[in-house]
Amino acid sequence: MGQKVLLTSKEINIILHRLACQLLENHLDFKETALVGIQPRGVFLADRLANILKADYGVKDIALGFLDITFFRDDFGRGEILRANTTKMDFLVEDKKVVFIDDVLYTGRSIRAALTAIQSFGRPRSIELLTLIDRRFSRHLPIQPNYRGRQVDAIGDEKVKVMWEANDGEDRVYLVSK
Amino acid sequence: MSVNHLLGIKYLNKRDITLIMETADNFKEVINRSIKKVPTLRDVTIANIFFENSTRTRLSFELAEKRLSADVVNFSAASSSVKKGETLIDTVNNILSMKVDMVVLRHPNPGAGIFLSRHVKSSIVNAGDGAHEHPTQALLDSYSIREKLGDVGGKNVVIVGDILHSRVALSNIFALKLQGANVKVCGPRTLIPKHIESLGVSVETDLRKALEWCDVANMLRVQNERMDISYFPSTREYTQQFGLNLPLLNSLKKKIVIMHPGPINRGVEITSDVADSDQSIILHQVENGVAVRMAVLYLLASKIN
Repeated sequence: MGQKVLLTSKEINIILHRLACQLLENHLDFKETALVGIQPRGVFLADRLANILKADYGVKDIALGFLDITFFRDDFGRGEILRANTTKMDFLVEDKKVVFIDDVLYTGRSIRAALTAIQSFGRPRSIELLTLIDRRFSRHLPIQPNYRGRQVDAIGDEKVKVMWEANDGEDRVYLVSK
Repeated sequence: MSVNHLLGIKYLNKRDITLIMETADNFKEVINRSIKKVPTLRDVTIANIFFENSTRTRLSFELAEKRLSADVVNFSAASSSVKKGETLIDTVNNILSMKVDMVVLRHPNPGAGIFLSRHVKSSIVNAGDGAHEHPTQALLDSYSIREKLGDVGGKNVVIVGDILHSRVALSNIFALKLQGANVKVCGPRTLIPKHIESLGVSVETDLRKALEWCDVANMLRVQNERMDISYFPSTREYTQQFGLNLPLLNSLKKKIVIMHPGPINRGVEITSDVADSDQSIILHQVENGVAVRMAVLYLLASKIN
C-alpha cells in the first residue's frame, strides 16, 4: 500500500482562501446563505471556511450547519450497519441559498442523499456544492461541484484521504493506493 | 448488533445497548425536526401483532415505524382468526407470506417471541411476552436515565412494586446491571420472586429506606390482571406501604428521579402530585420510547438481507 501527497498544508491553505473568495463573490454578506457541512468529514472543511470568511474577509454572521445523511442513503441493508453522526441545524433553510460542503466528491451518492435530507429543514432557494477534491470520471450520478479545490484523476481502488489539522493534527491530502 | 431479533435484554451485550442508545440520540434529533420522518426503511414492511392489549407500546412502535417510512400492518388477536383456532406459527406465517420483513409481537405467554423466532423467517421484536421481558421498555428507561443523569453506570436504581408479575422489572434489571447500575427491588414480600438476588439485585421491603438510597425510583403498576390469588390484603394497605406521595418525596434528603412505565394507577402506586412533579420524567420516557424503538428497528432491519 503506497500513498502519495496530493496537497500539502500550504497548498490547502491557498485553496481554502481561493474557495472563500469564490463564495464571497457569489454570496457577499452571507445574510441569505447557509453553509452546510456534510457529516462526517465535510464539517471540518465547512468549519475552516466559515472561520476564514469571518477572520480574513470580515463576514460577520454565517449560518453554519452540519447535516448527517445516514438515514437518507441508498445503500441501507446492503452491508455493514450504517452508524449515524450528529445533525446540527439550528436554522431553517427556507428560501436560503444553501452551499453543501464536503471534502471529496466521488460517486455523488452522498450529495444525492444530502439533497433529500436538507428538505427536512425547509425549501432552499438554491443549493450549490463546494468540494475540496473532485474525483473526475468516477461519478454514478449527474452531480457536479460549483466550487472545487482540486480535480484529481483517481482510479477505482485508489482512495483520497483528507486530513484536517483540527481532527488529524495536520492539513494534508493523500492519494492512497492498495 | 450481535443479534438478529430483539427477544429480550438477556440476549444483548453491553455494546449492543450502547449502539442502540447512540442511534436513539440521532433519531431523537430527527423526531424533533419539523419534518419528523426519514426514508430509511421505505422498502421494509413491519407487522405489529398484538395478542394483548396495549396503547402506549403499540402507538409508539407504529409511530417509530412510520417515521422510518416502513409499511405497517396491524393485527390484534381480538378481531382475528386466532379466535377460530389458528396456531401462532400459522398466523404469523400467513402474515409473512404477504412479504412482511419484521414482526413486532406482544403475547401473554412468556417466551412466545423466542418460540416464534425459531420457526419463522423474519426478524422478531418482542413488545412484551407475559411476565417475562419487555426489552424496548427497559431500553427507553435506560435511555431516559442516561438523558437525565448523564450515565446509567454507577447509579442507584430502585424498582418498586409488583416485581413478580412485571416484565418491565426483569428487562430493566438485565439492562441496568449490564450498564453497571446498582439495582434494588422494593415491594411486598409476596410480590418479590424467590432467588431474585441471583440476578445481582438486593431486596428492600421498606420504601423509605429504598428511596433514601436511590437516584432513580421506577414505580411499577400492580398488575391485577395477572394475579390469580390475593398477594396483599387491600389496595389501600398497598398504597400506605408502597405508594409514593409528595410528603414522602419531599422528606428525602436528595432530589430523586421518578419514573413509571405506564399505565399509571393514580393514587395507588403513585399520587398525581408526584406523577406531575418536576422530578417525574414519565412523559419524557414516552417521548424517548419512539426514538429508542426507531433505533431498534433501524439496527435490526439493516441485518435483514
